[in-house]
Amino acid sequence: MKTKRLATPYLVWMVIFTIVPLGIVIYYAFTDSVTGAFTLKNIANIGNYLPIFVKSIWLALISSIICMVIGYPAAYYIAGRSPKAQRFLYMLIMLPMCISFLLRTLAWVALLDDTGIINGVVTAMGLKALPLIRTNAAVVLGMVYNYLPYMIMPLYTVIMKIDPRLVEAAEDLGCNSAQVFRRVIFPLSVPGIISGFTMVFVPAVSTFYISQKLGSSGTTLIGDVIESQFKTAYNPNLGAALSLILMVLVFICIGIMNRFSDDEEVATV
Amino acid sequence: MKTFNKVFTIIVLIFLYIPMIVLGAASFNNGTDPAVWQGFTLTNYGELFRDGVLLPLLGNSVIVAVISSMLATILGTMASLGIHAMGPRMKRTVMGVTNIPLTNPEIVTGVSLALLFAFIGTLLKISNVLGFVTLLIAHITFNLPYVILSVTPKLSQMDPDLREAALDLGCTPTQAFFKVVIHEIMPGIVSGALMSFTMSLDDFVISYFVYGPNFVTLPVEIYNYTKKPLQPKIYALFTLMFLVILLVMVLMNLLEARDDRRQRVARRAFGGPRKESAEE
Repeated sequence: MKTKRLATPYLVWMVIFTIVPLGIVIYYAFTDSVTGAFTLKNIANIGNYLPIFVKSIWLALISSIICMVIGYPAAYYIAGRSPKAQRFLYMLIMLPMCISFLLRTLAWVALLDDTGIINGVVTAMGLKALPLIRTNAAVVLGMVYNYLPYMIMPLYTVIMKIDPRLVEAAEDLGCNSAQVFRRVIFPLSVPGIISGFTMVFVPAVSTFYISQKLGSSGTTLIGDVIESQFKTAYNPNLGAALSLILMVLVFICIGIMNRFSDDEEVATV
Repeated sequence: MKTFNKVFTIIVLIFLYIPMIVLGAASFNNGTDPAVWQGFTLTNYGELFRDGVLLPLLGNSVIVAVISSMLATILGTMASLGIHAMGPRMKRTVMGVTNIPLTNPEIVTGVSLALLFAFIGTLLKISNVLGFVTLLIAHITFNLPYVILSVTPKLSQMDPDLREAALDLGCTPTQAFFKVVIHEIMPGIVSGALMSFTMSLDDFVISYFVYGPNFVTLPVEIYNYTKKPLQPKIYALFTLMFLVILLVMVLMNLLEARDDRRQRVARRAFGGPRKESAEE
């Protein structure tokens, strides 16, 4: 078939701008920053950064779960509306993403700051100001806020495409609405959950702005470390090594999730 | 359950829009701290239009977003058609490659492209390789998977009989694509293009690693700004941008709704609605 060849320009592009650059990252990760000779020194450095890796993964995981729990009912509700309402609601969900996430994060700083808007209300009511900013919770909030639309979009797309006849069939066969949800809608929306989870987890685990603004020195994430290696500390070799480890970690996490979704597919067939 | 979901969706929307309200209010605030209200003013807007730096930077962002999302949409739609025609094993390999920039953390993509461009720079002996072209290449690269992931599902959901019917009725494959297939997958193309555009316009992380001093986009400049106290004219700029985007989106919404109605009327005129159109 000739149609296949339409993908050729794309594949060439991807090899040059995705696969080759990753090869260069690997090359840098295994060479010395001064002599350029082969070394395992950069990779061995991971020991020093292990707590930061663990913290990044932990906060990103919590954020992804929260996004799923609050994103699912919203996506489900939107998918059940009339086409006109669907479009409108989808637009409302997308719209905040058009505004720079840097500024939206700064707006949260204004809200959560010790002398910020929320604490202004709290102290006006005669209560003591709450410690909101520079906490793990503030970083998680920033992640959930910024990446929630990435969870809702794939969920909505998948739920919307579920054939209504399947739901009707289940109802005809005696399922109540909870059973319809558990045995038909939920299993069919698993691909959406997986892709939503990935789309939230990956940017959250590697973020370096949210943690700088909403966190403290105790919430330094791996993205902050990598950024500093390239922009201030000028050690691209260590930065490349940390990037490589971050990438491998993310791919392992995704591999685990995909295995889960493959099993689901087999089970439903 | 329905009421619960409805209330929940409203809460989610409120949550999403609270910071927008804060930014909007800050643009009319007569002080620099968005947390302290010091009276209503329009001076921030006046300053914005007298400022010769921010608006050209916004222009740069829009240029990169428009060109990169357009090229990514064309290249990505072509690729989707190709991928759709592939056998399962080949398809899996290609989708694996497609997933790399999507699943890779943005910071890793940024770093890897920065290293690639530095490498090309030394190879070609160009001292300052970073600029508009590198930024555009990076944006196309991260936009492509979004297009492919929105278009390929539409292709597999499409009834293959439709295309075959067109071919049987004498269409060449190209005609069949432009007369039948493209209409079926249009929602995917549009959402891919829109997604690319917004991603590109708002992209900071990857741009931050591949931008050159000669071509700076707005998000990168804001990051450099936020290390100092922020000038309130930025809030004014974003409030205006938000209103423009809102207007564009509402207009597009109305246009799409009108198209839908027209299509429905046309389908009714040509005999019974197909099963897909019944649910649309």
